[in-house]
Amino acid sequence: MDYVLLVEQFLNGFQLGIILFLMAAGLTLVFGIMDLVNLAHGSLFMIGAFVGGTLVIVTDSFLLGFLLMIPAMLVIGIAVELVALRTLYPRDHLDHVLATFGLILFFNEATRLTWGPEGLIVPLPAFLDGSVAIGLGITYPVYRLVIIALGLAVAFGLWVLVARTRIGMLIRAGASNRTMAGALGVNIPVLFSIVFGIGAVLAGVAGLIITPITQAAIGMGEDVLILAFVVIVIGGIGSIRGAFIAAILTGVIDTMGRSFLDVFLLLFLPENAAESAGPALSSMLIYVLMAAILFFRPQGLFPPRGAG
Amino acid sequence: MFRKLMGTAAALTLLATPSLADSIKIGFVTTLTTPAAIIGKDMKDAVDLAVESMGGKMGNLDVEIVYGDDEFNSQKGKQATERLVLSDNVDIVAGYIWSNVLLASAPVVLGADKILISANAGPSPLAGAQCHKNYFNVSWQNDQTPMALGELLNQQGVKSLYLIAPNYAAGQNMVAGVERTFKGTVVGKDMTVWPSQRDWSAELSKVKAAKPEGIFTFYPGPAGPAFIKQYQQAGLEGQVPLYSVYTLDSISLPLFQKAGMETVLGTKMTQFWAPDLDFPQNKKFVADFRAKYGRYPSFYAAQAYDSIFSIKSAVEAVGGDLKNVDGMRAAMRKADFPSVRGPFKMGNNHHPIQNFYERTVVKDADGNWTTAVGRVVLKDHQDPYASQCKMAG
Repeated sequence: MDYVLLVEQFLNGFQLGIILFLMAAGLTLVFGIMDLVNLAHGSLFMIGAFVGGTLVIVTDSFLLGFLLMIPAMLVIGIAVELVALRTLYPRDHLDHVLATFGLILFFNEATRLTWGPEGLIVPLPAFLDGSVAIGLGITYPVYRLVIIALGLAVAFGLWVLVARTRIGMLIRAGASNRTMAGALGVNIPVLFSIVFGIGAVLAGVAGLIITPITQAAIGMGEDVLILAFVVIVIGGIGSIRGAFIAAILTGVIDTMGRSFLDVFLLLFLPENAAESAGPALSSMLIYVLMAAILFFRPQGLFPPRGAG
Repeated sequence: MFRKLMGTAAALTLLATPSLADSIKIGFVTTLTTPAAIIGKDMKDAVDLAVESMGGKMGNLDVEIVYGDDEFNSQKGKQATERLVLSDNVDIVAGYIWSNVLLASAPVVLGADKILISANAGPSPLAGAQCHKNYFNVSWQNDQTPMALGELLNQQGVKSLYLIAPNYAAGQNMVAGVERTFKGTVVGKDMTVWPSQRDWSAELSKVKAAKPEGIFTFYPGPAGPAFIKQYQQAGLEGQVPLYSVYTLDSISLPLFQKAGMETVLGTKMTQFWAPDLDFPQNKKFVADFRAKYGRYPSFYAAQAYDSIFSIKSAVEAVGGDLKNVDGMRAAMRKADFPSVRGPFKMGNNHHPIQNFYERTVVKDADGNWTTAVGRVVLKDHQDPYASQCKMAG
């Protein structure tokens, strides 16, 4: 097989995995620590794209827009937590689902009223907008390399935050045993606000950095959200490390399926059947993986210590 | 109880009938929410413009348009159609951007013995085996435009082609269409998940590895600009020329212009219509549309405009007697109305027999990005499914 294509597809999968990780990290923290099923996490992805995209266009600088988006998303995230979600914690998961689904509708409509139905194209500076030779005869879009680098940097930053700082200690304590952490004097409401804010920032980062590729559109977060849920189920709910590994795994499997499954099926199926079965099967692959993991290891690949 | 209800319903129908006599109610289904609403808005604007240019009258009847929103979803589209037919009791149903929405909705309208006019979607079943005496298409059958494109590729000497299109009714027709006429080799084909897939990294990497002489694509609505952006970012620009149908239009070109994506200038496509096509009705339409809305109309708008004029011709042919469905059908079959594409004929399957032109993306005199119409690629072209249509009655 052509190794150039193989390497490129691996990079494509890795880049998709990075986006999924940014989404899943927030989702897994909120679910694992706050025990909140947040369907509106996809809306935060979308808001990051629209708010961040607008900031990029207004400041005429991708970097500046990106940096301004981070505090904006922190404020939006904490506001959503304070206004809408705080009352939901004592209730059961079905109420979470209903309320956060309502938030999806609210945010979609608010986005339509603010930005119109047509979405947003976010421009890139010229030096990011092409592709570059990375050796071995491979050329790859510069911007996708930037996404990978940025995602790895965020993953590292998150690891430092969670594993090396006081707030990270509280987050880990909350993920392992919320009641005990509260009993030991951790201010749970403040912790929740911070966690949700971090989740919102991560979702916003994901939304903004994918926008120069896919454009901002209303409802753009909903498809990513489903994949992000798959990721946290595979990785183990509440585990950042699990989310990272599962996200990369999901991204690479999905991309490899899309690129090679139809060729593979051609080996033992007629052309027409392979052509139609290929896309159908490749979009199922990650769900098959999730089902298998749920069967053999229901707690996920890397559940946080002491969770249960 | 049931009988009583039926009685009441019958009485209500009787009460409602007299008011119908001096007005015609047209149901128009398009996409008014979701990102694809940008297409629906263009169609709605064109319908409103058409009604306005008629002075709100078809013959002696007042025109009332009731819009239905398909929400970019075939089931929602079917429900919107059911509301129009069963509760709004419209006389004629028109519209439909998406082939899958039309396929789901057509039985509702045809089952109620009302005339259905597609102003965009042209799925193959309705042109062939499932053609129907009450179904008319005033746009094109899906295969036709890509067939013209395949012919254009032959004329340009393109020998190998990679196909990327969404995996739904129209995407499959588009790919089949280009394969029908293209004489070179198809080196690869990817059908992507529709409408959710917005990242084509895997597919574009495969194109790069396959090194074709051209890419053929079909991404209508907001997906188009995203695809072309990624094509450019992948470094394919300048190496593998892009050929598209229904992907670059007056809706997406201003977005490209705003983003400064010069790469689309000079791109070629094929179509049955273009804003600069030299026919009196088209000149009036484009001028009125630009005056009223300050932008070029898209082909969606052009077809929507035509659909309303075709209804007018049918209504006038029967002297405003909407009960005379046979008469309206006969008039629709003649396609005797001023069309923005110039005169054309209706085929035996109620789909147009018409010319397809080459179009190139250019800057107009004021610097706006639009398309310039070139020569005729297919003349008086009829879709390949017409022979499968055995129309009853």
